[in-house]
Amino acid sequence: MWERIPQLIVYGLVSGSVITLGAVGLSLTYSILRFSNFAHGDLMTSGAYLGLGFLVLFSPLLPGRFGPLSFGPALIPAVLCAMAANAALAIGIDRLVYRHLRRAKAVLLLMASVGVAFVLRNLILFSAEADPLYFSHHIQRALRIGGVRVKADQLFILGVAVLAVLFLHVLLRYTKTGKAMRAMADNPELAQVSGINTERVVAWTWAVGAALAALGGILSGIENKLVTPELGWQTLLPLFAAVILGGIGSPYGAMLGGMTIGLAEEVSTAFISTAYKPAVAFGILVLMLLVRPQGLLGRR
Amino acid sequence: MPLLEAREIHSGYGGMEVLHGVSVTLAAGELVTIIGPNGAGKSTLLKTMFGLLTPTQGTVSLGEEDITGAPPHRIVRHGMCYVPQVDNVFPSLTVEENLQMGAFILRGGIEARLARVYELFPVLKDRRRQRVGKMSGGERQMVAMGRALMLDPQVLLLDEPTAALAPNLVEQVFQSIQAIVGSGVGVLMVEQNARQSLAIADRGYVLVDGRNRREGSGQELLADEEIGRLFLGG
Repeated sequence: MWERIPQLIVYGLVSGSVITLGAVGLSLTYSILRFSNFAHGDLMTSGAYLGLGFLVLFSPLLPGRFGPLSFGPALIPAVLCAMAANAALAIGIDRLVYRHLRRAKAVLLLMASVGVAFVLRNLILFSAEADPLYFSHHIQRALRIGGVRVKADQLFILGVAVLAVLFLHVLLRYTKTGKAMRAMADNPELAQVSGINTERVVAWTWAVGAALAALGGILSGIENKLVTPELGWQTLLPLFAAVILGGIGSPYGAMLGGMTIGLAEEVSTAFISTAYKPAVAFGILVLMLLVRPQGLLGRR
Repeated sequence: MPLLEAREIHSGYGGMEVLHGVSVTLAAGELVTIIGPNGAGKSTLLKTMFGLLTPTQGTVSLGEEDITGAPPHRIVRHGMCYVPQVDNVFPSLTVEENLQMGAFILRGGIEARLARVYELFPVLKDRRRQRVGKMSGGERQMVAMGRALMLDPQVLLLDEPTAALAPNLVEQVFQSIQAIVGSGVGVLMVEQNARQSLAIADRGYVLVDGRNRREGSGQELLADEEIGRLFLGG
């Protein structure tokens, strides 16, 4: 039981990476648009499918594989295109739906996002069918590091997640757009009074959140080798648990929460059945709401 | 001709009229204070002039421009900035980031403006990397005014800049306001501290029940018996 824990930590870090990429976007849209976006998981799904589509497109042009990894150079343009396309999709949804609800109550926006989630998922079902689609059939040999088996793909996933989080940190901390995003999260009325073009900041928020969601979806596809239309729906609970654990509206909290939820879910399987993984995330969510509703890094 | 002029303004919230034809003017580089009892419509007047509320009647002009009903992000481009009474800083941002947000519409080249604000408020320069949420009320007020000065406006609207401040800080904020006026910015402020604000103002207006009650130089109003009885505590 205990001897499995180092191995489970590896799995936990990998699934935590995927959760983190979704959770930071969810947290960003929450803090700037002030509602819980139930369609964020489905933005991960759409991003994963877009990634797969671009991968099929680019693979004949850029064949081959990188050393021990399960994919080759075609993945790089595919990921970038999928992130851009997913960002455009999110901005499009915003123009079509949420923009008309800017001054509406948060619960109305929440219900609208549930609607968007259903539409997105069914559009994906309609265009890609319900059967899983495979990112790769390549069978990888795991590396052995001190008794722990690690696949090269898993190191890659962790590395990409860390880079993405660093990128977000730099964006929020040092760029004008990032500072305006934080300003709007703090005080939207004052942002408007200062002459900040709030609609442009909203568009950037969707773009960044959806791009990171796409990256998370694709990395999940690489780890699991496949993607189903249910990917985002199944990830939604851990996403919310991560955001609430870290502190709603705090992107750094979302990173901390994402990794913690990923680790907790995987390590729990040493003691209880794998089937209870979602219950672990849910348990942490409920406990956190009871004990420290503002989250680990949340204010107030 | 005044730089800023509100003429016969009727305005309010959702069908409830608060202002029933108020007029005020401000000349370039002038310090004008608006006093009056709670509910007289002082804040409503500033919000209407800054485009946060749309008047049902009356006009607001700034220089040659008619800015009646223009949105705030357009008004700031015409050289008028506004400091709300509450929630007038970005608490999780640093002092310098708050000031940068004030100059958001400019493309680069804000170093000189930052330097100017730091010259007006030297204490902010020492704390420019500190989060504003952790600062005192007086310092926050300086950040709020500094943010509004980043666009180098001709006119600054201040909504009760000394509300909820300790008496020693009130003095400090009024000194800052005098320094701002000294640098050539016209300031129109709403104030609860009637006596102190009239003492430093060029002119003052007394608003009662959404109407102009009196106007005159700061000294005239201070010396006025009726106003003394009503607003200055004897």
